[in-house]
Amino acid sequence: MCGIAGLIHRGKDGDIGTEMTSMLQSLKHRGPDSTGFALYGRPKDDELIMRFKVAEQEDMRKGFRIHDQVKERKSEVDRRLDELGAKILDEEIATEYAYRYRLEYGGDRRKLADYIEDIEGAEILSLGLGLELIKDLGDAARVAGQYKIPGFNGTHAIGHTRMATESDVDIRSAHPYWAYPFADVSVVHNGQLTNYWNGRRELERRGHRFMSNCDSELIAVYLADKMEQGAALEDAMRDSIEQLDGVFTYLVATADSLGMAKDTMAAKPMVLYESDDFIGLASEEVAIRSVFPHEIDTFDPYEGEVRVWKS
Amino acid sequence: MVQKSQSHEMGMHTEQLAGRTQQRFFTPEEAENYVYPGAYDVDFNKRTELDVGKLDTKDINLRIRELMSLGYGTIVVKNPGAKHAIGVGILNRLQLYFEGSLGYFGCGLIDGPNIRVSGRVGWSCAENMMAGTVIIEKNAGSTFGAAIRGGDLVCKGDVGARAGIDQKGGTIIIGGRAGAFCGFMMQRGRMVILGDAGKNLGDSMYDGTIYVGGKIAGLGVDAVPGEMTDLDCQWLERKLKQYGLETPNGVKNMQKIVAGKQLWNYDNLEPTEKKIVL
Repeated sequence: MCGIAGLIHRGKDGDIGTEMTSMLQSLKHRGPDSTGFALYGRPKDDELIMRFKVAEQEDMRKGFRIHDQVKERKSEVDRRLDELGAKILDEEIATEYAYRYRLEYGGDRRKLADYIEDIEGAEILSLGLGLELIKDLGDAARVAGQYKIPGFNGTHAIGHTRMATESDVDIRSAHPYWAYPFADVSVVHNGQLTNYWNGRRELERRGHRFMSNCDSELIAVYLADKMEQGAALEDAMRDSIEQLDGVFTYLVATADSLGMAKDTMAAKPMVLYESDDFIGLASEEVAIRSVFPHEIDTFDPYEGEVRVWKS
Repeated sequence: MVQKSQSHEMGMHTEQLAGRTQQRFFTPEEAENYVYPGAYDVDFNKRTELDVGKLDTKDINLRIRELMSLGYGTIVVKNPGAKHAIGVGILNRLQLYFEGSLGYFGCGLIDGPNIRVSGRVGWSCAENMMAGTVIIEKNAGSTFGAAIRGGDLVCKGDVGARAGIDQKGGTIIIGGRAGAFCGFMMQRGRMVILGDAGKNLGDSMYDGTIYVGGKIAGLGVDAVPGEMTDLDCQWLERKLKQYGLETPNGVKNMQKIVAGKQLWNYDNLEPTEKKIVL
């Protein structure tokens, strides 16, 4: 089933960490397998935030040499960053297998991503100026506590609670998906894509990489491909309505925008609240109510609808 | 007979399929005065308020039931907070007011109460409603009034897709715009959309009538325009007036959509009866 949520503050920052945690926890019943956050802080010039993991949570429980391997993989990440000329300004150990690096790097980001992900077990969750993508197994409260998400200030965020149906229960298959190689682009999705393999093969032939077997990743890569060809976000989303087959509602976020798209059958839910200074979207109104306990007017976007808001 | 008694002795039983689902038939007088076994005798003048801000769905519904058992006929529910499945399964006469919004499956499986929601409702409001009235002051989500069999279901704002899917009776009135596939597989009853209707309106409808005041994005398979009659206009005027609604261009200019019945490829026989025939 899955639950998705998004919010954007217009013209100001807010405690998007607490707000998104609250929204996703309200949607826990739609999918308790994993929870993910894409949080957008204020970008700093010449600084990249890289969130990455070097193992799955499952590996930590059953791997015989996993703790040594994690250390080796992390050392290899550090070595390769150094080799590419990326300077680590700051590093945080989010969990024993996931890290947050603040980097100074002016080179080719795709090259950096490819080189790091070439390390066994390593996956870049996000690479951007403002985006921080965090995802792990468990509900929102657990993941938020683990990664210290409440108190994160920023302009906008999207999030996801996952009910695994077509791929594994692991971090790799959890949402949001980073739209590699585009910095600061992330996607969450509720639904099923029926032309996933055809779309994936086509995009792989064009040089894009897929890290999971989850159909939702196709949306992120599809949008990345369109934008790489010069399409604006909203145009890429409109094209996706025609070209992605199946039932879906998805949210996409960029450095300064939040967008939503709904399939032509309107088969998956989405409730929208819009005011002058705040936009909230969620699979269920109860999530929006968790940050707006007072009476508000909400409505359902219609079939085939695409909307984009700027922060 | 011997076989039947033996099977009963062994703790088994057989069911003879009658070929039809359970049906009870009433005379009009009986239907008017019918009350469910165990229904509460309530007094509409006995009024109470219930703040459900900190209660979960099950407790809210149990509390409503408890208040009915105490004879309260008018219950005002405050702070419903868009929680799901509130006000369901009420088989009783009751005036129920929600001050706020409901989540999914609100007011489902009801037979008899008069409900008013001051806010919005989520997906599948009043699903399988049998009788009574449900009035929503703001917007509604998709599958509004799915499979309703009777009563009046009114949304004064916009509704999502598939309103009145599998409608089997009763009346659905939408004051604003409606999404795609409204009246999908409709079987009986009437739907009134005062604003624009989405694509595939009335797709695969077997019967029933849809009236639209605005533009229709597209008709579904086997949904065809019908001719507005004086009776249609009189009925529409009466119904809309009842709920304080009106259509800007007048009911005479509304479009009427009915089943083309070109896709009817079944007969009246139930599967078990078919077997006998074959």
